[in-house]
Amino acid sequence: MPDPFWPPHLSAFASGEPPLRGSPKAIRQVGGWRRALWTQRAAFSLLFLATCVVAIAAVAVIGFIVVRGFEALSWSFLTTMPSGGMRSGGIFPAIVGTLELVGLTVLLALPMGLGAAIYLTEYAVDNWLTRLIRLAIVNLSGVPSVVYGLFGFGLFVIFCRFGTSLLSGALTLAIMILPVIITASEEALRSVPKSFREVSLSLGASRWQTIRHAVLPFAVPGIMTGTILGISRAAGETAPILFTVAAFYLPRLPHSLFDQAMALPYHLYVISTQIPNIPATQRYGTALVLLLLVLSLNGLAVMLRIHFRRRRQW
Amino acid sequence: MVTAAFDGVKLAMRDWSVWYGAVRALKSITLDITPREILGVIGPSSSGKTSFLRSLNRMNDTNPAFRYTGTITMDGKDLYRDLDSQQVRRRVGIVFALPLPLPISIYDNLTYGPRLRGECRPQRLNELVEHSLQAASLWDEVKDRLRQSAMKLSGGQQQRLCIARTLAMEPEVILFDEPCSGLDPISTAKVEETMLQLRAQYTLVLVTNNTKQAARVSDRVAFFLMGELIELGKTHAIFTAPQDRRTNDYVTGRFG
Amino acid sequence: MSWSRVRERMIEWGILLCGISSIALVVLIFCFLLKEGLALFRAVSAAEFLGGQRWYPISEPPQFGILSLILGSCWVTAGAVMLSVPLGIASALFISEIAKGWVKETLKTGVELLAAIPSVVLGFIGITVLAPGIKHAFHLPTGLTALTGSITLAFMAMPTIVSITEDALTALPRGYREAALALGATRWQMMSRVLLRAAGSGIVAAVMLGIGRVIGETMAVMMVTGNAAVIPRSFLQPVRTMTATIAAEMGETVRGSDHYFALFAIGIVLFAISFVINLIADLFLHRERT
Repeated sequence: MPDPFWPPHLSAFASGEPPLRGSPKAIRQVGGWRRALWTQRAAFSLLFLATCVVAIAAVAVIGFIVVRGFEALSWSFLTTMPSGGMRSGGIFPAIVGTLELVGLTVLLALPMGLGAAIYLTEYAVDNWLTRLIRLAIVNLSGVPSVVYGLFGFGLFVIFCRFGTSLLSGALTLAIMILPVIITASEEALRSVPKSFREVSLSLGASRWQTIRHAVLPFAVPGIMTGTILGISRAAGETAPILFTVAAFYLPRLPHSLFDQAMALPYHLYVISTQIPNIPATQRYGTALVLLLLVLSLNGLAVMLRIHFRRRRQW
Repeated sequence: MVTAAFDGVKLAMRDWSVWYGAVRALKSITLDITPREILGVIGPSSSGKTSFLRSLNRMNDTNPAFRYTGTITMDGKDLYRDLDSQQVRRRVGIVFALPLPLPISIYDNLTYGPRLRGECRPQRLNELVEHSLQAASLWDEVKDRLRQSAMKLSGGQQQRLCIARTLAMEPEVILFDEPCSGLDPISTAKVEETMLQLRAQYTLVLVTNNTKQAARVSDRVAFFLMGELIELGKTHAIFTAPQDRRTNDYVTGRFG
Repeated sequence: MSWSRVRERMIEWGILLCGISSIALVVLIFCFLLKEGLALFRAVSAAEFLGGQRWYPISEPPQFGILSLILGSCWVTAGAVMLSVPLGIASALFISEIAKGWVKETLKTGVELLAAIPSVVLGFIGITVLAPGIKHAFHLPTGLTALTGSITLAFMAMPTIVSITEDALTALPRGYREAALALGATRWQMMSRVLLRAAGSGIVAAVMLGIGRVIGETMAVMMVTGNAAVIPRSFLQPVRTMTATIAAEMGETVRGSDHYFALFAIGIVLFAISFVINLIADLFLHRERT
């Protein structure tokens, strides 16, 4: 028997239960309007509290590290080598190592990621191959970071005989951030209006010329934003570099692709867990530097995105 | 800029049929387009006018479901079998319904095509820019701001820019796909005036929903209905004494 | 003319190769894990490996049972999920349905900030602040417990759950909200009875992706869970996860030893789990859209 309360076109909402407790009919029956309002007030307060927990957690963590680590930040901290068994001195080699590692990673990941994105937007048809590629990308983004480390170790360090080196680490990180770059680039390419391609083709351009001159230049902002987010991700990861590049202590900076390197995330891990009696400021200072690096990269990406959206002429 | 016509015919279409997947958009069209004429193409929506037009410069190729039978030849060469799509599109230009400038400078818009074709001498490029803007009646309005963004122009100016952009490729045939649909009457008049001036050097094919525009501008008119070419004749004849009853119904406004 | 055509063909081939690269990489990763991991099963049977309770890789003879590790991962994940799912869905509801204007933007920024913090930094906070706190609160010998891990990981999973749930909620047509309100429901009733049910598959996908994030997390767990490879009996004792095992022991193994193969075998298990989770999440996300 059809529920008399719900009109036919909304019968999907009928759940077989008595009418909504707040509905006019029910109010007259039970006088529960006030009760419903109190329930709502309580519920909304809980929701607000929950959201505060989530949003404030970030601020709390960042604030805490800033407050405790601020005093460690000094020019010498950033530019001298560690000394006294990591207990004093600076973190210069870790900073340099992270920058070199991340730079190399982007150099490797960007062409391949951009190529894959161009394939997906401009060349691929909707068939099984394309669906398989998308499934593969989703999976790559879900693989645990330590499994990447294991894979990088097995393939690059051992099989390719690169040893623990900047090259092995960068290759591993590049594969890890590939999905980030592909997704962001694809979105950027799709946001370029189709009419640009039509116009270019109608003027006698080939398909690649159209991509190169009528699509890519206008997708650059989105690609850049995605790349910066990928860089920020690579800078903060530890597990993939544990066995592929990270060194505990190096007396000098790496100067070839096949050298090991120190890196900020690994350094933070080591001084928090492996070495006793490190002054708190050293540890908080390292955490702060890493945090600042990652957050400023993220912030840069967001600012670029806003800036280019405002300046967009189409 | 106009190569010698072949047997007095610029474009010859024989039994041309177009399918998009399983849907047949054009049914065995046969017609000739003579050089230096304006051919108007009229008909209600979904009559195949746009498919017809886009077949002439191979823009249908961009649709993966596109299939065809029949031939289209230009000066004796088959557009689909003897030439490749880039060559065709350089010789057969198109102006779209909405003004579609690229968000770059006016100068760069005009030199986009020639540069991709390999032209890099600045002198030659400047010449092309000036000549095409003159031919599109836009030179006086923009000659001092060629480096400004094309997006700053008004709608009518942008459409004339698109015409100039096509002219800069030095084509032989120019297709117009409802070019005035987004324009105010003054800009429309300017575009129509430009078309009449261009007729001296180019072959033009104009697809339009506006029968009065077809009457004003074309030399001959083709009436399409549901993918078929119903009637083709001189403008005057089509509008005053059409031979087919359906043509008569359309031009007198009984349907459309 | 034809040289540029050849050059273009080469570029297009390159693009095609890049396109297939993602498939090639997934296959490559899987094959590599298999190559080294399956070698373990010459010495140990799969049942012993998956069901064995003792993980003593360096004893004589070595024992490679990862049940304690699997359960360690499960407990920590379960705890994190119990914390992050209600908080995450609640936050998503608040942000998408109740918050407006600058409050909404600020809250969204807060969530994104949380997502951006590297895991090693969260682990660092866990070990310096959270662990001593828990140690004092529950009078434990050490603050490095499954609970500490769950709390830390919950904060890592929350941004994922919040943003995907929020996407699912905003994708719902306005008509749902208007219809329910027009029938006299309060906003809370509309949200809890109508919206949550309608966004159901998106929420399931969000939770699955959150679980995937937590199971795969390495550094934070390694720093705060105490790394004791025992069958967990309570949240207030140290445990060890599969991910932490690989990370902690890889540096000490001899290449080609059974221990080495065993770590790769754990990697296979992790890869398989994340594959399945992502597959399910993807299915639910697509069901939501159609």
